[in-house]
Amino acid sequence: MARRRGERVTRWLVGGPPGAFLLLFFLLPSLIMIVASFRYPGEFGGLAPLFPAGPGEEGGLTTENYRVFFSDWIYFQIFLKSFGVAAFTTLVCLLMAYPIALLIARSPHQRRDLMVLLVVLPFASNFLVRVYAWMIILGPFDLLFTRSAVILGLVYVHLPFMVLPLYTNLEKHDPVLLDAAQDLGATGWSRFWRVTFPLSLPGIFSGSALVFIPVLGVFAIPEILGGIHDWLVGNMIKEAFLGVRDWPFGSMLSLMLTVCVLAVAGAAAWLAARGLQRA
Amino acid sequence: MRRAALAIEALAIGLLFWSFFSDARYALAGAALAALGAAAALGAFGQRRELPHFWLWFASILVYAFLYLPLAIVVIFSFNDSKLAAEWVGFTTSWYAKLLADVDMLAAARNSVLIALTASAVATVLGTMAGIAMHRYKPRLLPFMVLTPVAMPEILLGVSLLIFFLNTARPALALFGIEFDLGVLTVIIAHITFCIGFVAIIVRARLAGMDESIFEAARDLGATPWETFRRVTLPLIMPGVIAGALMAFTLSIDDFVITFFTSGVGTKTLPLEIYTMIKVAVTPEVNAVSTLLMLLTLGMIVVAGRVAPDVLRGK
Repeated sequence: MARRRGERVTRWLVGGPPGAFLLLFFLLPSLIMIVASFRYPGEFGGLAPLFPAGPGEEGGLTTENYRVFFSDWIYFQIFLKSFGVAAFTTLVCLLMAYPIALLIARSPHQRRDLMVLLVVLPFASNFLVRVYAWMIILGPFDLLFTRSAVILGLVYVHLPFMVLPLYTNLEKHDPVLLDAAQDLGATGWSRFWRVTFPLSLPGIFSGSALVFIPVLGVFAIPEILGGIHDWLVGNMIKEAFLGVRDWPFGSMLSLMLTVCVLAVAGAAAWLAARGLQRA
Repeated sequence: MRRAALAIEALAIGLLFWSFFSDARYALAGAALAALGAAAALGAFGQRRELPHFWLWFASILVYAFLYLPLAIVVIFSFNDSKLAAEWVGFTTSWYAKLLADVDMLAAARNSVLIALTASAVATVLGTMAGIAMHRYKPRLLPFMVLTPVAMPEILLGVSLLIFFLNTARPALALFGIEFDLGVLTVIIAHITFCIGFVAIIVRARLAGMDESIFEAARDLGATPWETFRRVTLPLIMPGVIAGALMAFTLSIDDFVITFFTSGVGTKTLPLEIYTMIKVAVTPEVNAVSTLLMLLTLGMIVVAGRVAPDVLRGK
């Protein structure tokens, strides 16, 4: 009995402090942001008071931000463009990551760690530095400030996120399966498409989610490498908070982005689970 | 023949790299691409048996080059004696000298180190606790709060903390007569919030691979929970804790997005300074500071490889 109570006390001692910290600095701010998306903007930026000081004063709750969002095609377009850019970036990352992940998985054991490390190492340099590197490279070739430059930068920054889950998946494949396929007369290509590729689907889905989700929210890379006003969702959110200082609108946009992220993460998890079942 | 093809590929990449520093940029780049094509053709006619994974090697070499050459260019240009980063003029270390005399940059570097040290220390303690709690007690809300900040786009955490600090924390603390504004403290809090998750994931993974019976054995031998933790659990998870701390330090010192939203006007960190330099006026000083920052993270990774080799394997 005493031991039981001791167990419960330990549980709170161990889980309590990080729980309390995250409750205060993650969950509470998130909830406040949801409420903020239903508020009026303040006179000098920020938020108008939640409880109006008197009749005729600004304040209270409204669904105006959502009405503006859903009544103007332009916001929808920017979200769509962000999805397009994220999807294309993910595809390019996949095409570049697959050969390297497969090569590492098929290399001798003692060489694998070094090869993985070589993929992760550039990732350790600051992402602004990596974006800046492309500024220097693309500058002399007149490719700076274009959509292609943005995609290139996004791929460069997010590539390891695709390689690692893919490699972790491919490494687990049993080589016996490929031998069996060969004995049954499958050629190199059909061995890949009918054995390796279907088995790697869970890795592809988790890698894609790890690339797609952060790309949906970027603002610095399009700002540095992209053309003027070739905005993505992230730029819109940043501008709402720090440019025009319309916090309620920015909060609404952030919530919309959150909904998109949850949808993508959910879809990826579902697809990965289904792929796992089939495999 | 396939090995020769890979050698030609490497030479072609070298030529492409060199073309970047030369006046005859387009001619050399064209020649490099032609050589690349020749290497591919040579490989296609080679014997399958000679190198079964030829195409994988061919593609992987290109990707590795894609990963490293841009960074190499930054490093090389940090020694370039020219105000414009367009072509190679001559060797100099003056950008480093200029950097070390730049008061703003030094202040930013000091802020970055202070923030990263504090944030990673607190995040390591809280993250280790969270990792243990998640492993031992399987709570429901905690994993959600620990893992979501890691998985979602950084901008979302940045703006929600911005609202929270300015709209909730500031007025609330003003009631107690405490003046509160964005600055080093808010950046530290924000960094802790997203670093906890990374530490917790590493610590939990370390615990998951462990035999539960050692903890039971310690208990059966009469150890109190604290003794069990101090003398059994902690030594066993120590490599994970150290790796988590190093990871938190690197993430914090490199963070741009969340710092950007929570730092306010007066506080600058190195990434914020780099951002301003890139956006406003690109000088070769950026190359120098980037190179130094790369060296720092490289050093951290070497240390991490020594204390906790399995972290580098992405496990």
